[in-house]
Amino acid sequence: MATDMIHHTLVPKHAKISESEKEKLFEKYTTSAKELPKILKNDPAIAKLSVKEGDIIKVERKSKTAGISFYYRVVMNE
Amino acid sequence: MTPQVHKKIESISFAIFSPKQVTDSATAKVVTPELYDREGYPVDGGLMDLRLGVIDPGLRCKTCGQKLKECPGHFGYIELARPVIHIKFVRQIYDLLRASCRSCGRILIPEENIKRYVTMLNTVGEEEGFEARRRKIKELVSKYKAKETCPHCNTRQEKIKLEKPYNFYEGEIRLSPIEVRARLEKTLNEDLEIFGFNMKEFRPEWIVLTVMQIPPVTMRPSITLESGERSEDDLTHKLGDIVRINQRLFENINAGAPEVIIEDLWDLLQYHITTFFDNEVAQLPPARHRGGQVLKTLATRLNSKEGRIRHNLAGKRTDFSARTVISPDPQIELNEVGMPKDMGMVLTVPERVTEWNKEYLRKFVENGSKKYPGANYIIKPDGKRKTITLETRDEILAELSEGYIVERHLIDGDVALFNRQPSLHRMSMMCHKIKVLPGRTFRLNPAVCNPYNADFDGDEMNLHIPQTEEARAEAKILMLVETQIISPRYGLSVVGCIHDAITGNYLLTKELVVSRVEAVDMLFSCGVNDFSVLPDKEKVDGREVFSVLLPRDFNFMGKDKSGAEVRIVNGILKTGSMDKSNLGQESGLMLRNVYEKYGAAYTADLLGKISKLGIAVLARRGFSIGIGDMDLSIDTHNEIKDTIKKAEQESLQLIDDYFKGNLEALPGRTVEETLELRILESLNRARNKSGDIAMKQVRDSAALTMARCGARGNALNIAQMTAVVGQQALRGRRIDSGFKGRTLSYFKQNDLSPKARGFIKNNFKSGLTPYEFFFGAMTGRDALMDTALRTPKSGYLYRRLSNAMQDLKVEYDGTVRDSSSKIVQFSYGEDGLDVSKTKNGVVDVKRIVQQIAGEAK
Repeated sequence: MATDMIHHTLVPKHAKISESEKEKLFEKYTTSAKELPKILKNDPAIAKLSVKEGDIIKVERKSKTAGISFYYRVVMNE
Repeated sequence: MTPQVHKKIESISFAIFSPKQVTDSATAKVVTPELYDREGYPVDGGLMDLRLGVIDPGLRCKTCGQKLKECPGHFGYIELARPVIHIKFVRQIYDLLRASCRSCGRILIPEENIKRYVTMLNTVGEEEGFEARRRKIKELVSKYKAKETCPHCNTRQEKIKLEKPYNFYEGEIRLSPIEVRARLEKTLNEDLEIFGFNMKEFRPEWIVLTVMQIPPVTMRPSITLESGERSEDDLTHKLGDIVRINQRLFENINAGAPEVIIEDLWDLLQYHITTFFDNEVAQLPPARHRGGQVLKTLATRLNSKEGRIRHNLAGKRTDFSARTVISPDPQIELNEVGMPKDMGMVLTVPERVTEWNKEYLRKFVENGSKKYPGANYIIKPDGKRKTITLETRDEILAELSEGYIVERHLIDGDVALFNRQPSLHRMSMMCHKIKVLPGRTFRLNPAVCNPYNADFDGDEMNLHIPQTEEARAEAKILMLVETQIISPRYGLSVVGCIHDAITGNYLLTKELVVSRVEAVDMLFSCGVNDFSVLPDKEKVDGREVFSVLLPRDFNFMGKDKSGAEVRIVNGILKTGSMDKSNLGQESGLMLRNVYEKYGAAYTADLLGKISKLGIAVLARRGFSIGIGDMDLSIDTHNEIKDTIKKAEQESLQLIDDYFKGNLEALPGRTVEETLELRILESLNRARNKSGDIAMKQVRDSAALTMARCGARGNALNIAQMTAVVGQQALRGRRIDSGFKGRTLSYFKQNDLSPKARGFIKNNFKSGLTPYEFFFGAMTGRDALMDTALRTPKSGYLYRRLSNAMQDLKVEYDGTVRDSSSKIVQFSYGEDGLDVSKTKNGVVDVKRIVQQIAGEAK
């Protein structure tokens, strides 16, 4: 009976980004993985993606102020 | 982006000094209770030993060679004749004694379990934090202290009792501190970890004192009384007692005195040392002065509200500040604060004498401290401070030259920081320019009440005078009122015209026609002296008067409160009238546009002029309200009565249907709920309708004018006064509680009619019936309680939020980061907009394009 909550309207779209995109991201924000917000590896929103620690998840959120906004989170174990 | 960190604090650990550390760090051993010799010179080996620091001017510290105020003081020590228990560690000693073996000193846990517990504690500590670990330790200790025999050496354990405050008994025999210490010495380092002690930094026997630190004299300075007598600090007194008893104990032990005498002295020593640390131990009589005054010892200095932590560290006081009641003064500028003259003569500003201001500053010194623009002190180039009095004045005038600093009284134009608690905002503390006025209160322009959330029902505010050029510059550039006009929360002005200022401008721009002479008079009174824009005719229109204030190249299109168009072309108000939506605070669209085009200072100035004009207009025209304002024509009155009656009948019909069982329930509701909803709906409709009728038909009165232009009051207020007060509601429902099945004993049980359930069909002018009045009081009380309970709750919530976010910062790349540069948002507010640069959070691209294209033409 478990519904997949990914399809719920309030759950924004989560996607893994590629290594090259990752580099670009780090360069754009002159940052590194340890300064990014975190997401737990077993977070239900990314359960269907095959991710490992250190991967970066791009969250596509609907925003009242900006239309669509992007958010990046690093996968963490525990 | 990487912050420059030289040394990063990983952790701080607190531990206890070992006896060796005490003696090593000490500069002197105290052996005699005497303080001074016959010449009044500190005795070597006494409590005021010069090696412990200096408190007398002229003497030098024997340890560091520095003078008074330079030497920080140094610790000494005394060797105790017999060990003494430290009162603040009695609990720990008790735990240790109870949970360890009396003969082998091991913890009363079987060997095989110890390791397991240690790892268990560590994981708990890591996972749930320090507090959880501490709780777990407590659990363990209480579990094992009741063991009968030691699992390591099979010795039978005796029950250990603590007789408060510091006596330990094993069975019936008292354990002396020596025995206690011996027990503690036997404990193993590995076992201590279970108790939560860090064995690297701590041995339990250290908490039974064999040597004691003597605090430096700098923390217990003596004071010289007027009579030349010395009065020692309470701590010194206490230490004197300790040293004296200790010496006597030594002598008695050496002389081989009987055990009883030694025991007595030992007990006395224990008492003195205990009260030295804490003079408020529950079971002990506090140590007193000869006069019976309780001594203030170490714990008293730190503890409670008057202690060092809450009084001095958390609650610092500041010089050059003032506090008094506030009152309004619409005649002073927005960025001014009126200050009582008496205050201006106490608070001062240091000003350095230079070649150019020498004569100017001389005048202040000549006036002295008693005549108003005077000066209280001068500071010589060598840093010495001199009071200006009648006697010293001439001398000071003679020597006053470049490089001297004069602390002169405050004069108009000095800068000050003005603040009202609670400071929830950055606008809660703004920079104002001083205006010295007669009276005893701070005066502020009513337009700046809003950012401070101040009113004049007895509010007090604080004022601070920055003392350095840098501080003044910073205050002026960053905190001046005009720099704070636009709120960073919603991008509109937080200050604006209020009350009379709005009404005045509304009337002026809507309907007034004044003679030119009058117009010039009014404009001049608010600081205008160029009347070339004012048309040269006998009678001028109100809009033309108002337009004089506007800049010539100002264009604006907007709407007024009623939705009518407001158009300003080339600084002339063509159509529409000025009201709250263009002049008011938290709306003020016209003001917002002026700010955008002409800047902060200009806006503040303009706002001041507009405010004053509005008030001047009202002062000339006259403006007052009376009961007559609420009068309605008979027809209107009847119309309203009919409306209400109809609604009442409708409700009664519904109730009738309900009791007959004819009422159909709405989807998802019970029949009762349906009834309530429909009654509420019909009554509300009636209230709104009669309100509308009243608003249309009510005489064009002052009250209505104020409501229309947004100066004070709204349509509902007027409707309640003229037409009907309406349904009173508690927790979103009609009033239904009080008595069994009814609201008041005046009604019959199960009466669901409007009037029995809190519908007030009268209005405030006609007056309420007693039961209506009571319903009004019920909701009134409820609202009062609600605010009284909600304010502290939401205040605390806000405080937690602002504390959690206080050092988040928008970086140059647009990201929001915390102090360790971790990203919180990738773009501030997801859209990266600086709200204070928008209008109500909106960037009107169309308008900007129009403007730029228009200018290019």
